[in-house]
Amino acid sequence: MKLDNTLPLEYRSEENSNRIFGFWIFLGAEIVLFATLFAVYFTLWTRTGNGPSAEEIFEIGPVLIETFLLLTSSFTIGLAINAMRLGLKKPMMIFFIITLILGLGFLGVEIMEFVTYVHEGATLQTSAFLSSLFVLLGTHGAHVTLGLLWGGGLLIQIKREGFTLDTANKSFIFSLYWHFLDVVWIFIFSFVYLKGLM
Amino acid sequence: MLLAVFSALLVLLSGCSSLTVLDPKGPVAKTQSGVILFSILVMAIILLVVYILFVFMLSKYRASKAAPDYEPPHEEGNKWLEFTWIAIPVIIVAILSVVTVRSTSAIEKVAEGYENEKPLVIYAASSNWKWHFSYPEEGIETVNYVNIPTHRPIEFKLYAYGPISSLWIPQLGGQKYAMSDMVNTLHLLAEEPGSYMGKNANFSGEGFAHMEFEALAMSPAEYEKWVDEVKSTASELTEDEFNTLLETKHVGRKTYTSTHLSFSPAPEGDNAGHNHGGDSTDTEMDHSEMDHSEMDHPEMEHSENSDHSSHGN
Amino acid sequence: MKWDEFFVTGEPMIYGAMVSIVLVSIAIVVGLTYFKKWGYLWREWLTTVDHKRIGIMYIIAALIMLFRGGVDGLLMRGQLAMPENGLLDGQHYNEIFTTHGVIMILFMAMPFVIGLMNVVIPLQIGARDVAFPRLNAVSFWLFFAGAMLFNISFVIGGSPDAGWTAYFPLASIEFSPTVGNNYYAIALQISGIGTLMTGINFIATILKMRAPGMTLMKMPMFTWSVLITNVIIVFAFPVLTIALALMTFDRLFGSQFFTMANGGMDMLWANLFWVWGHPEVYIVILPAFGIYSEIISTFSRKNLYGYKSMVYSMVVISLLSFIVWAHHFYTMGHGVMVNGVFSITTMAIAVPTGVKIFNWLFTLRKGKIEFTTPMLYSLAFIPIFTIGGVTGVMLAMASADYQYHNTMFLVAHFHYVLIPGTVFAVIAGFYYWFPKLFGFRLNERQGKAAFWTIAISFNVTFMPLFFLGLKGMTRRMYTYSESTGFGPLNLIASIGAVGLAIGFIMLVYNIYWSFRYAPRDTTGDPWNARTLEWSTHSPIPEYNFAIVPEVHELDPFWEAKKTGKSLFKGQYEEIHMPNNSGQPFILGMIFLFFGFFMVFSWWIPTIIAGVGIVIMLAVRSFERDHGHHISVKEITKTEAKLRGEGV
Repeated sequence: MKLDNTLPLEYRSEENSNRIFGFWIFLGAEIVLFATLFAVYFTLWTRTGNGPSAEEIFEIGPVLIETFLLLTSSFTIGLAINAMRLGLKKPMMIFFIITLILGLGFLGVEIMEFVTYVHEGATLQTSAFLSSLFVLLGTHGAHVTLGLLWGGGLLIQIKREGFTLDTANKSFIFSLYWHFLDVVWIFIFSFVYLKGLM
Repeated sequence: MLLAVFSALLVLLSGCSSLTVLDPKGPVAKTQSGVILFSILVMAIILLVVYILFVFMLSKYRASKAAPDYEPPHEEGNKWLEFTWIAIPVIIVAILSVVTVRSTSAIEKVAEGYENEKPLVIYAASSNWKWHFSYPEEGIETVNYVNIPTHRPIEFKLYAYGPISSLWIPQLGGQKYAMSDMVNTLHLLAEEPGSYMGKNANFSGEGFAHMEFEALAMSPAEYEKWVDEVKSTASELTEDEFNTLLETKHVGRKTYTSTHLSFSPAPEGDNAGHNHGGDSTDTEMDHSEMDHSEMDHPEMEHSENSDHSSHGN
Repeated sequence: MKWDEFFVTGEPMIYGAMVSIVLVSIAIVVGLTYFKKWGYLWREWLTTVDHKRIGIMYIIAALIMLFRGGVDGLLMRGQLAMPENGLLDGQHYNEIFTTHGVIMILFMAMPFVIGLMNVVIPLQIGARDVAFPRLNAVSFWLFFAGAMLFNISFVIGGSPDAGWTAYFPLASIEFSPTVGNNYYAIALQISGIGTLMTGINFIATILKMRAPGMTLMKMPMFTWSVLITNVIIVFAFPVLTIALALMTFDRLFGSQFFTMANGGMDMLWANLFWVWGHPEVYIVILPAFGIYSEIISTFSRKNLYGYKSMVYSMVVISLLSFIVWAHHFYTMGHGVMVNGVFSITTMAIAVPTGVKIFNWLFTLRKGKIEFTTPMLYSLAFIPIFTIGGVTGVMLAMASADYQYHNTMFLVAHFHYVLIPGTVFAVIAGFYYWFPKLFGFRLNERQGKAAFWTIAISFNVTFMPLFFLGLKGMTRRMYTYSESTGFGPLNLIASIGAVGLAIGFIMLVYNIYWSFRYAPRDTTGDPWNARTLEWSTHSPIPEYNFAIVPEVHELDPFWEAKKTGKSLFKGQYEEIHMPNNSGQPFILGMIFLFFGFFMVFSWWIPTIIAGVGIVIMLAVRSFERDHGHHISVKEITKTEAKLRGEGV
């Protein structure tokens, strides 16, 4: 196998660099996916039928917590990748674990938020606005959930194998994914919650 | 061969009155058939150019005609030729664009020469699989047929109790969708009395193929007579009766001396599906355009829509 | 749910289909067992990650779907042949035109095109496989699962019946209460994910794996067309994913996206559908343009005229394809402004398309044209597709479209675009690349006879529909009365459809006959062609090229043949190849069951299958499979054998 040792481990083999390139294309598709969901939401968000409006159900508190958790986790995954490049296995794993815990926290708060909405009578079936809200947030939440499972699996692999062409490549790709989810959340925070509360 | 077939068909086309769309009986359909014939002419010229080149290339440069040692040249392309076949189509598209925009805006308002006439407003609602025509002015309602006076602009207000359908009377003009959460306006006008085929053009399920109706254009005097006759012979449309109508798949023709608009108003104004409370600065493109572009009619009858309940059923 | 609701009953035609499905399945199982081919099937096909074999599987699946979609089409034409015909009832007709549309576009045209991409692209760019061979197999099996799921609806639960466009509210649970549209949403979703993966895979392949020296502007035109197509796939398919997901939520979980009450918006579906749907048209048309470019250039014995403008025109077409979607519903009541803008963007597509037509015509000029079967399809494409194109411009004019919309005129138009544009192209590509895959050409005389039958019958079938449209016949009506006067033209069209069927039977016979009797081709280059795929042996060795070719020109193989220089410099080196894997197949099958359970809202099995999918992903993540190496000795042996030298 031809390896270019001037590159970081995650890019070193041709397969690795192809995978990262391919994942960027995948993120391109993900952008279109979320853009479509946002378009749907913006089309429907005033169509509340007989249900509550955005202003009536949104609460800034939990949303700020979610934002804080996810933004911090994006920072810690960055630190993890940095540690990986320095070849520091233990710090890398610690930052990785912190990232996943923060992600789990985010998910917990989001689930509580959903439960509150449902208790207030705002369900997926209530109105077009709520359908689009739940599906937009739910798609992001499902991505986070999948990320947690994926990251958990990766962590086991890193513990077992250390930094190899495979694990370094996968971890780097995971970090791209995680940053992406963070960016999507910033859009959700600004254009769903803040706009809804204004 | 194809060329011959197509030009023969063209000759057939221009002289063929059995093609309903090209046999217009009113100014809207006339505008449209004019646009269609003009575009066919332009397209025929383009086809002709392509076909001549095609036949020329195929007959001249076949291997069986070439010398055995003939070696085709390497050609990168030619700036001027390529410029030509970009520039000419651009000009053609520009011309067609002007024609399109002008004709589209012409058919979206009262036909030229009739601006001073007060349009006859007819609410046309579809339900599976019928058409309900309400005449708020006259206070009558028909099912599966519509009578109209000639030489008077007709403003169809389209909406649906169910799947999207499309009201189409080809000899009077093109179609437009009837949908459940908004009202579309279709301008038509008949200049010749006669019976015209009308139908739903948009697939709406099992009974779709039978969703036809007769559009009968009659002189204004006869029209008045018909309205009076209806008023003296038909009965009132009750809410129960209307609901039964909605639920029955096929009902044939019906006539009533009142409309359903009082108890089941059209989705416009306060009854529109886009009934958003509070601030409604809507940023979404499709929505705002679809919603409001067709609603700039001063004579919107809010008075009829006293019932503010949701229209859906 | 009762059993008589589960299986579709009461139709002799469907009983016939059930019986034949059971018989064919038994025959396959018995045949495989008798000839001891289970192992072969599993090792060589079901687990393969070889782009050539995956391509062949795509093409076989597409041909089967062409048969299914074709039978649907024939039944429709049979029903419409005469006024008040009783061959099909309304419901059955509605199901058939829905499945005809879905199958022909998504399960015939797309996989055929993707199959040819798979076979040709790595060879054309001098690569040993695609960038992600395993993912490629996953793509195929997801497509296959989607196609199977969609076809099961015919006998279990009932087919979708709201048209391939599935407009709401008609496709909602309120107006389509059967599971038919659940099948639509979920089957398309599964195969759509596969397609998206294909898109990512081929972009990465083309951008990262080209032979040294092959700059972007030295790529063959088919490769260019596939690159652009896959970019469209990556940007368009997520929209379909969302649209179908929302449809699934509306139908299964009672959400209110497209409903008639509580703020739902039926127009939103139409918009989402066509934001994907129009680019989709170009996803199946652009590769066709690439195929024609290759074939016309080869059999004119000339390089492609105006190469650069061909590339730019495809780029322009792909950009425009995203901003024309509203022309599918001018009659929805947009203002003059919106309709005007979409009219202009739509007509603008005619300009780059025209550029391509003229470039092809000028490629022919001064050429030495040979009328082989693939060339005949490519040449017939020009005049027929131009009719499709100019009628497209006519339809683009909003004011006139009020009269064409939803009529047979529209039906005629898109068949005039898609059949010469896509079907002729994939057949031409099939004939053209067939000898590369199998080592012999399909019989030319039979091929030409099939071509003429298909080309003439096509015009007989669809030309009358233009006139039926202008006479006021709408699409999707299952019957019409005699007084409409639609009878004679419909009869002509139906006769044409029979001709088309005969043409396709001739084509299948052509394949069968050639497999048995056609003489082998030993050159690897039976057409005297121009691009890299012809520089290796036919059939192609597993590793495609023993030595990676070096490229200096467009049409490198042609240059090499003319100048006598070799494309392959250097010596054999060990070749690294991916291993086969059963995981993609298993994943596809789990998806099939997952989808099936979901269609019937059987939630516990659905969740179990869902967990199965997650487990498969985890298995893949924990797997360490670094492929295998082919030794120099083995390469030398294979090459000698392929050159026909004794070992």
